Amino acid sequence: MKCEDKVLLNDWHVVADLANLSKGSNHSTNLFGKAINVSLDADGNVTCTKDGKPLTCQLKYGFVWTCLGEPSRDILHVPEAFEDDRFVVSGGSFAVKTSGLRVVENFLDMGHFPFVHTGWLGEEPHTEVKPYEVELTEDNEIIATECYFSQPVASPTAEGAIDVEYVYRVYRPFTVALYKTNPHYDDRMDYIVLFIQPVGPEDCVVHNMLCYIKNGMSEASLRWFMQLIFAQDKPILENQVPRRLPLDPRAETPIRADKVAILYRRWLRDQQVNYGAIAAA
Amino acid sequence: MIKLYDYELSGNCYKLRLLMSFLGLEHEAEPIDFYPGNQHKSPEFRQINPLGQLPVIDDEGLVLRDAQAILVYLASKYDTSENWYPSSDPAILGQVSQWLAFADGITTTASAARLHDAMFYTQIDVDVARAGANKLFRILDEHLYFAELDGQDWICPGDHPTIADIACFPYIMLSEEGGVSRMDYPAIRRWTDRFKRIPGFVVMSGVFPAGPAVEKEAERAA
Repeated sequence: MKCEDKVLLNDWHVVADLANLSKGSNHSTNLFGKAINVSLDADGNVTCTKDGKPLTCQLKYGFVWTCLGEPSRDILHVPEAFEDDRFVVSGGSFAVKTSGLRVVENFLDMGHFPFVHTGWLGEEPHTEVKPYEVELTEDNEIIATECYFSQPVASPTAEGAIDVEYVYRVYRPFTVALYKTNPHYDDRMDYIVLFIQPVGPEDCVVHNMLCYIKNGMSEASLRWFMQLIFAQDKPILENQVPRRLPLDPRAETPIRADKVAILYRRWLRDQQVNYGAIAAA
Repeated sequence: MIKLYDYELSGNCYKLRLLMSFLGLEHEAEPIDFYPGNQHKSPEFRQINPLGQLPVIDDEGLVLRDAQAILVYLASKYDTSENWYPSSDPAILGQVSQWLAFADGITTTASAARLHDAMFYTQIDVDVARAGANKLFRILDEHLYFAELDGQDWICPGDHPTIADIACFPYIMLSEEGGVSRMDYPAIRRWTDRFKRIPGFVVMSGVFPAGPAVEKEAERAA
């Protein structure tokens, strides 16, 4: 499958986590099925090439970004990444054998918490997803609010079960974030964003940036928690069939809890994003 | 208290968490940033294990590395029933040792394929690793099939699982993450289902518990 979606080709995508690159090393990867070489020289300069020719390339948030076409916008600005009292770390990039769009949808889903993240983000019999609000903003982002879920261990610093509030935000087709109650603050939230690299239509690398309030936390425990949760999702994601996300509204039957996913699929259709998807009939 | 230098996604660390849970043994975990931090290769960690590998335990000053060696140690010291490591029977002891070595082979094949596929261990020849895993799975599947014919549930003869079962379980259960399907190994699949119902069984990320409905049925049958 060749990527012909302008909105994707003219956008920035992460192709490497700096944590995985040592100086003087080369990293081979794929973006939309095209072989990309990423190298980091001894002075810390990074270059990206495709077929031996240089690509436009930037370092931001500890990741290497490139664009296959002409960038029509900047790399996403994340204000939380510039707040001094937060850790800003990569939780580790993982290759996942499914469409990146499936990963976004799974990230937006609260319904799986009690079944996939049992004892951590949910627990039977508390399986109900209460009604929440979804909107498309003027900036063409999807925001889901008033998402509440009772969680046995909501974060690395949680002491006992708490009621967690989430805000979900889809910025771009392969970029999704959540804000989540910090157990120690009433008015501030922890933040996780996924920068998903579409390796192929049915393959992706999930890069993530964690912006967690430092209080009572260590970077190691933060990474530990993120990987614990993500590795529970991974086999579920890799066993979903079909691997591409169907955009036809009749293809997979949604329930009320899927309100945000329904909008996500419609939003992808409206922007004519087909890479990693099964186009609507 | 026993200290375990631990990494959540490591099947070898999981072996020790399993045995300690089966034995009801408390421990304290020290998380090591294996990926992407590579902390197990740091000079500080090499002071603890010069091989730069996980897991390592520290039990009141005795520092031990190697999952299989630690299984032997913990079972010998803390399992007074001698069920998990029946050291008084030479024939069983030989068989347990044989399958512990076999488990190491599963690590160098099935686990290597998983590291390649998920965590960018691109230096690994994944086709060789997968072929090696399939060869071992075939051998274990046949072994378990004939054991079942003899009325045996576990890798080594006897009424109780041994540390050989623990050593083989994790990377078999995680094999699909490295592109090794268990579809063709029905005796292995039955054995993993039995394993998940051992009292005290715990999961790790990527391993799911046996279904509660099946458990209830097993209770009724018992």
